Parts: sequence; C-alpha cells; structure tokens
Amino acid sequence: MTQPLPASTPRVTGDPGTRGATGSPPAQGPGGQKRTRRRRRGLTGSRAPWWFLLPALSIYVFVVIVPSLRGSVLAFTDWNGLTPDWNWVGFENFARIWETEIARDAVVRTVVIAVAVTVVQNGIGLLLALGVNTRIKSRNLLRVFLFAPAVLTPLVVAYLWRNLLAPTGAVNALLDAVGLDSWQRAWLGDSDTAMWMIVGIVVWQFAGYSMVIFLAGLQGIPEEIYEAAELDGARSVRRFFSIELPLLAPAVTINLMLSIIGGIKLFDQVYATTGGGPANSTETLSTLIYRYAFNSGQFSFAIAMAVVLTILVSVFAFAQYAVLRRGERRAS
Amino acid sequence: MRRYTARTFGLELVMLATTLVVAFPLYILVNLSVRSRSSTQSILTPTTDPTFENYRTAWEDAGLGRALLNSTFVTVLSVAIVVVFGSLAAYTLARVTRAWSKVTFVVVMVGLLLPFQLGMLPLYSTIRDLGLLGSLWSLVLFYAGLQMPFAIFLYTGFMRALPSDYEEAAMLDGCSPIRAFGQVVFPLLRAITGTVIILNAVFIWNDFLTPLLYLSGTETATMPLAVSTFVAQYSSNFNVVFAGLLIGMVPVLVVYFAMQRHIIKGFSGGLKA
Repeated sequence: MTQPLPASTPRVTGDPGTRGATGSPPAQGPGGQKRTRRRRRGLTGSRAPWWFLLPALSIYVFVVIVPSLRGSVLAFTDWNGLTPDWNWVGFENFARIWETEIARDAVVRTVVIAVAVTVVQNGIGLLLALGVNTRIKSRNLLRVFLFAPAVLTPLVVAYLWRNLLAPTGAVNALLDAVGLDSWQRAWLGDSDTAMWMIVGIVVWQFAGYSMVIFLAGLQGIPEEIYEAAELDGARSVRRFFSIELPLLAPAVTINLMLSIIGGIKLFDQVYATTGGGPANSTETLSTLIYRYAFNSGQFSFAIAMAVVLTILVSVFAFAQYAVLRRGERRAS
Repeated sequence: MRRYTARTFGLELVMLATTLVVAFPLYILVNLSVRSRSSTQSILTPTTDPTFENYRTAWEDAGLGRALLNSTFVTVLSVAIVVVFGSLAAYTLARVTRAWSKVTFVVVMVGLLLPFQLGMLPLYSTIRDLGLLGSLWSLVLFYAGLQMPFAIFLYTGFMRALPSDYEEAAMLDGCSPIRAFGQVVFPLLRAITGTVIILNAVFIWNDFLTPLLYLSGTETATMPLAVSTFVAQYSSNFNVVFAGLLIGMVPVLVVYFAMQRHIIKGFSGGLKA
C-alpha cells in the first residue's frame, strides 16, 4: 500500500503552527550540497514565483479570513445584518448566551453530542476494522459496503432515518415483529430519545469512515510483527493492546479529530430530523446560529455563538493534539 | 501464516450479519419506494407488486433533473479551481523556504481549524450586498475558498517529498516557471490530485447549509436543497419521499461503486500516515 504523504503528516492537522515554525524538513535536506544549489537558484531568480500564490490566496482571504475577522469583531456589536451601522456592546452577546437557557443548553448539548458521536463511532469503527482485517473471504466486499453510507448526502440520510424512526416507521414495525412492542415510541418526538437518535444517525453513516482509516492503519503494520507475536504466544487480546493499538496512534488521532470537529459543527441531521425540537431538546450551536440569524434577525448574537463554536473546536483540537501526540511519541 | 479456521468462519458470519443490519435502512428505502401508497403490506416484507409511479412523481415534482445539473456544475467548477490554484500555491509554499513563505503557510493552515460558521454570517451579508444570492457562482466562490487550505495542506506535504530535479532540468532548458509547473510538476502530482478531487467533490456535492443560505427562496437549487424542499412538500407520503431520496442518492452511489477503490483510498490515504 503506497502512502503519498510523509509519515508526519496527520500529526500536523491539529497544530499547523508548529509545522510552520519548525520549517520544512524535507526541503532542508542533509548536508550542504542542496544548500548551495538553492543559493544558486536564488541568484538566477526563484523557480517558484510568489505570484503563484495570488489566485488561491485572494479567494481564501475573501471567503475565509476577512469574514472570520469581521465575525470576531461583530460578535461584540449589536449588528443586525441588514444595515451597515452598528454599536459596540462589549461582552453583552456572550453574557446573553449564558443567560438564555436555550443557548446555554445548546452549548452543553453540542459538546455532549460531539463526544458521544466520537466515542461510539470510533469504537464501532475500530471493531469493524479489526473484523475486516482478518482472513475472512468477504473482507473486500464488506469494506466497500460498510463505507458506502459515508459518501451519501447527510441530509438525505437524515430524512431516511426520520421516516424510519417515525411512530409508524420501520423501527417500530421491527420492534413489533420481534415482540418488543412495549419499546415502541416516537423516537424523534420524545425529548428523552431524540438527541440520541441523532447521534445514532451520525454513527450509522460515518462508522464505516472511521473503519476505513483504522483499516489503513492496521494494514500498515508489518506481518513480521504478528508472526513474532505469535511465536511469543501472544493471544489476540494481548496482540491488540500490545501491537495494534499503539501502532494505530496516527489513525486514532485523525479519526478523533474528524469526528469531534464534525460533531461540534452538526447541522444537517438536526435540521432534517427534529428541527431542534421537541421543546428545543436537540438544538445545537449550528442550528441555533441559523435560527437566530435567519428567523429572528439577531445577527450579532448568532455570530457570538459562532465564536463560542470556534473556541470549542480549537479547545478540542489542541487538547486532542496534545494528548495524542504524547501517546504517539510513546508508541514510536 | 494466519489460516482460515472455524473461528474465522464464525467471524465471517458475524461480520456479514453486521453488514446486513447496517444495510437494513437501505432495504426499507428501496422496498417502500416501489410500493403504492394504498398498499396494506407490512413495512418489513418485500413489496409484492412493485410500481415505479413514485419515482415519476418525485422526478417530475421535485425538479431533481435541474438540481442534478446545478450540483454537477458547482462541484466540477469548485473542485477544478481548488485543484489548479491550490496546487499552484502549494508549489511555491513547498519550494520557497523564505520567511514570507512559511508565514503564508501558517496563515493558510489556520483555515483548516476555523469553522466556517465564524465567517458565515458576515460573508452572507457580503454576498447579499453583491447581489449574488441565488447564483450558483456564489457557491463556487465559497467552496473554492473554504476548501483551499485543505488542498494546499495536502499538496504542500506531497510536494515537499518530491525531488525538484525534474523541474530544475526543465527550467535549465529555458522553460518558464508556469510551464515547468504545468508540464513537469503537475503531472507528478496525480496521486494526491486524486485524493483532493475525491474528498472535495464528496464534501461539496453533499453540503446543505451553504445552498440553504445562498439559494433558498430562489428558483435555483442544488441536489440536497431540492430534496429538502421536496420532502417538506410531500412529508405525509412516505413512498414518494423515499423514491425522491433514492433518486438523490443514486448519482453518488453510482460514482462510488464505479470508483470505490480510488475513493476509499482517497479517504484513507489522504488523511492517514
């Protein structure tokens, strides 16, 4: 299996800063030969002109940097999104998030959903990967089918599940057929279960994605290590904890990062299944941002929530990076 | 070394059963989409008298044909911009080791972390003031900018590991930088370009929130937006909704099964060590 990227690549995702600060290892190379060549290049004019950056950078700055900076500023104003004028209000919007029960609950719920999705999706994904990475004959077929949901449109998947989980839907019909009719309920209409159903929908769709990344990690483990373990008499459980899990550290990093950030940004699945209900019990930060901005025109309040979302993403990304980086280093 | 034993067979059965459980919703989807609304059969049993009436209703009422074209237009154009401009920028970032290059790289990588929600509303107001709401070009612009950091990240990592001998030879022969890039470097990037195309195309095709902001309330719709309008319209008719959802899934599934090897490799290879 050929891997196009240098081995350190996934570790960079969470902390681009370090990579930039420590420079670019491959380009520096060993010894002075390359260095002289580069100096010569400097004299004859750089091979890679700076203006190669212009098209990409101007689009990126227009779409990402400028709006993000404006967002960070406008969160401290009373901007209504329609008129160009606004006044500073300091931390008032953030105080309001704290005081507004719906918003405060949504912050907590967003974290709970992201953590739940991450744990369950990666747990199942890892089990699937271990199952597929064996001598079973159907392994290629299973890989293709188990990954398939991950390429589907999340919105379409969520609409499908909304119907399956409806009071007269297939899930209740199935429970009835196996004699568990007392378990039947309006899964998405009940504030005790609705949020967990949404977690389940995300996991159903993306467990195969986690599996594929774990699988790529497992397939990178040399056969000799397994053979040595077998000679030493290591059973499968021991083999998993002593060999596979430590060597999977890069795959774990990238998987956790993807699912936690995806979980924090969750929108489509909520929009399609419950719209935030019942009784606001499934509102997430993303759905509330949309609702406050477009249903009640409170732009600056919505932007303040987006700032909270950004902080959550950064905190999780850096925390995960720090913890897992240590784990990876110990493993290697 | 590891042989096919009775335990392997047991595992095989367990895995197949798991896959069937995962596939159950898709069975229901297909099963109900070919069933007439008046049928009294149980949801779980295979439809005995399949009909394609639901598909006709869905296709005609949801404007899915038009949405399909729109989604294709947006996806192809955005991905093309990301690939061409992203690889071009990454080339300079990978080859130039001066301070400005490193700083630029960090600024671009910040975009990997920033959730688009932060700039979503300010950008929305800009797009609105420019009169671009309802235009597919607003989506193309947005996706091109949003996905640029990830493409540059993948390309830069790949190019740093790529020896510069070929392009140097080309330039010694009098090739201009742009020609050396287009004719010598870019073809060497095939593997990573595949990854960039796949990951971006899947994301852009499936995105819903952006078209919801920029296109809703207008005549123009992408596939997810058209499906959402259609589902709201037919919410009480399961069978037609399922036919519509299935039509929405088919293009993605066809491409997936035709190119599954490359797609799975793109998803795991591009992100994995």
